[in-house]
Amino acid sequence: MKKEITFNLNNEETTVEVDPKWTLLYLLREVLNLTGTKEGCGYGECGACTVIIDGKAVNSCIFPVLEAEGKNIITIEGLAKDGQMHPLQKAFIEKGAVQCGFCTPGMIMSAKALLDEKKNPTDEDIKEAIEGNLCRCTGYVMIIDAIKSVAAGR
Amino acid sequence: MDNLKVVGKKIPKIDAPLKATGAAIYIQDVKIPGMLHGKILYSQYPHARIIKLDTSKAEKLPGVRAVVTAKDMPPNFRIGIMKDNPPLKSGKVLSIRDEIAAVAATTPEIAEEALSLIEVEYEELPGIFDPLEAMKEGAMLIHEEAKSNILKMPWRLICGDVEKAKQESAYIVEDTFSTQWVTHCCLGTSGCVAHFDMHNNLTMYSNTQIPSLAQNDFVEALNAFGLKNRRVRIIQAVIGGGFGSKLDTYAYEYIAILLALKTRKPVKIIFTREEEFFATSPRQCTITKISHGCDKDGRLTFRDVEMVLDNGAYTSWGATTPSVMMLPISSLYKVPNVRYIAKCVYTNNTYCQAMRGYGNPQATFAIESSLDQLAEKAGIDPLELRRINANEPGEITPQRFKITSCGMKECIEEVYKRLNWKEKRGKDNGRGVGMASLIHVGGGARVYKSDGCGTIIKMDDFGKVDVFTGASDIGQGSDTVIAQIVAEVIGIPIEDVNVINNDTDICPWDVGVHASRTTFVAGNAALGAARKIREQILEAAGKILDEDPADLDIKDGMVFSTKNKEKSTPLGKALRKIHYTLGGKMLMAEYFYDPANENFDKEFKGNLSVSYAYGAHGVEVEVDRETGKVKILNYVAAHDVGKAINPLLLEGQIYGGGLQGIGYALGEKMVYQNGRLMNGNFLDYKIPTAKDVPPIQPVIVETDEKDGPFGAKGIGEPGLVPTAPAIANAIYDAIGVRIKDLPITPEKILAALKAKDK
Repeated sequence: MKKEITFNLNNEETTVEVDPKWTLLYLLREVLNLTGTKEGCGYGECGACTVIIDGKAVNSCIFPVLEAEGKNIITIEGLAKDGQMHPLQKAFIEKGAVQCGFCTPGMIMSAKALLDEKKNPTDEDIKEAIEGNLCRCTGYVMIIDAIKSVAAGR
Repeated sequence: MDNLKVVGKKIPKIDAPLKATGAAIYIQDVKIPGMLHGKILYSQYPHARIIKLDTSKAEKLPGVRAVVTAKDMPPNFRIGIMKDNPPLKSGKVLSIRDEIAAVAATTPEIAEEALSLIEVEYEELPGIFDPLEAMKEGAMLIHEEAKSNILKMPWRLICGDVEKAKQESAYIVEDTFSTQWVTHCCLGTSGCVAHFDMHNNLTMYSNTQIPSLAQNDFVEALNAFGLKNRRVRIIQAVIGGGFGSKLDTYAYEYIAILLALKTRKPVKIIFTREEEFFATSPRQCTITKISHGCDKDGRLTFRDVEMVLDNGAYTSWGATTPSVMMLPISSLYKVPNVRYIAKCVYTNNTYCQAMRGYGNPQATFAIESSLDQLAEKAGIDPLELRRINANEPGEITPQRFKITSCGMKECIEEVYKRLNWKEKRGKDNGRGVGMASLIHVGGGARVYKSDGCGTIIKMDDFGKVDVFTGASDIGQGSDTVIAQIVAEVIGIPIEDVNVINNDTDICPWDVGVHASRTTFVAGNAALGAARKIREQILEAAGKILDEDPADLDIKDGMVFSTKNKEKSTPLGKALRKIHYTLGGKMLMAEYFYDPANENFDKEFKGNLSVSYAYGAHGVEVEVDRETGKVKILNYVAAHDVGKAINPLLLEGQIYGGGLQGIGYALGEKMVYQNGRLMNGNFLDYKIPTAKDVPPIQPVIVETDEKDGPFGAKGIGEPGLVPTAPAIANAIYDAIGVRIKDLPITPEKILAALKAKDK
């Protein structure tokens, strides 16, 4: 039985019919065609599917879709404003934090949730915030640099 | 070289904006109207006879469009370099990842449900899971038609006289080292979409690292299906990590082709993470017996290596990694007498594949661990021993590698200095330092008959350039390096260069992304094409400006006379003139670069690469004697790269390689028990996270390789080659125990400490 849910998605009121069995990731990728959010494992261990729900970084692959009702959800597609990339996106690009890029959207969302919450995160804060986002290419060093540079620059 | 505008600069990866905004299309994101979803049924046993296989219930499930088994594949169709692997198995299954049946359905969920309706009965057979068992006389044959479980690949390299050198050595050490299975863990899992047109031409959306060779494999497959003379087009989606995992074609791709052919619909197969763990091919595990000798002054006299590799049940490129292991075994440091004999052995385990370093990490672990033992026996500081024996420019090694540029000594000195070696070494206080060096191919590697790459460049009316290259980008940044080289040569900003690298209908031929060859080979191909098109531009502009083309130059998109700076024309204008003149022409250039390296001869000798990459890693560790935990306090990774075309991307390779190497050294291991993978998920198979990043100092040593594009050599793989032995050596310095089988876990350290105290 499908159910209707309403939530705020990337600053837009969104009403969709969903199957209660779906995950939020399924709705985003397969129904709404927001494929910027990636599936790397499907069981909440790699962080490629990270989105921000009410200010918190969440693995959308294990988030039941019905729980999106009434929530405020931001995906990677919701970061750029008026054709301008978010400072984190720019920093990831400029600092060399992107290689194959599969982890990048989720990584940026985890970083955004951190920076929204903490004005001056320490290195440890940053590492903790992205600990659940696996990256096999970069060795994380430039990712951490990129996040630090945005925190320092505002 | 000093006035370079684009080359040598930290330029961000050109596809990073697409990736950072979520706009990049990976194989997971490819959707084609009418597309079906394929799923594969794997064996439940690592070795069994299939008694019954009934697909009738699955076929009746609504939404199922096709169910296929071995009988739907062309008879005798086999894949892999030894042609020992039928994409769908019948009769007997030989490993837990054996594909038995597959389904195409309207949704992945229906396909999954259909798999559960396929009825299979097995008669379980005893298996062989230990290569040493499999090698024994009279052992059960994994492949009944073969005479032995030992592959018919006699890896055997003999240089000089090892036995004589043993007699004459002042010091000799001998020991056995072993390494484990580890897997690539690309964040984007494997997958493809197979799509036939009305004429049975195939388009394959793919993740492959070898588009031209995969095209060849699929053409062969279509021939086997009776579809002669068809076109195969490979379109690569953005690749979510490679590391060697996509250097072959796999059963799932042929299954997708079969399902697409049966259903006349595009069929997509995407691996789950579970499949990615157990159904892709890891770096092979090795058992290495090594002995080394030196004279009284510490000069190496011989290196003697015997190795057994678990090949698994089928054969892919993993079986050929001894060819690359020969490189460090014969030529890492100056060693006049070398013997190397390796055997790859069939077992009922998973079969192996290329993974970053292609055997070099396993071989270097044994060599560099053993060298530390030799240094101790000879009473020489281990770093000093390496200084004494370091490779040098101009050397011809026993395997006939011609060493051109070589920054090994410089790399060792960087480690010495930055690690504060003299102060930190031999303190016996729970802290210690260790090091290891590396040699790797840095100027292509002639493993196939060709080591070539093609490039085509065309220019538009506005001075913008399209570069069509055969070289795939797997995240390492070949797109950007190629764009930099083209921009530099022509004299235009990098923003004006567009690189197209993912479509065999458009892009020229290339042998693949492997052997750290892309910057060198594809870079040289881009260099050649860019020079040609520059000549054409100058010739045309010469006519417009009434100047000798030899006196013209291009800078920032303007063509100008070097004699009279007043005389200039925008590049676009010159180009339009060429297009809009009666009898005009098109501005296009092509170049195929195939380096002057050599295939091995029958004795496995020959100059495999035009140049060789060097490096040295040094590590300071602290070991907790109570918990066995190893903490890396300082990590120096010095690499001779010839010339850093893009220091930003290059450091990214060193950081990324380094952390992969640390995972290999200290934690990662695929736990197989009787042929079954016990830890096939990210919870139980832990790859390093952001919290595991130690302080790493990348050090770039430039040696200006004469044959490299702007002096560059390869760097894709070297970053993880010496990591494990450098750490093992540092641990020995810290606590006096040597761990000889990877990974170096706290349990092994505690056990070794306990044994030592007895």
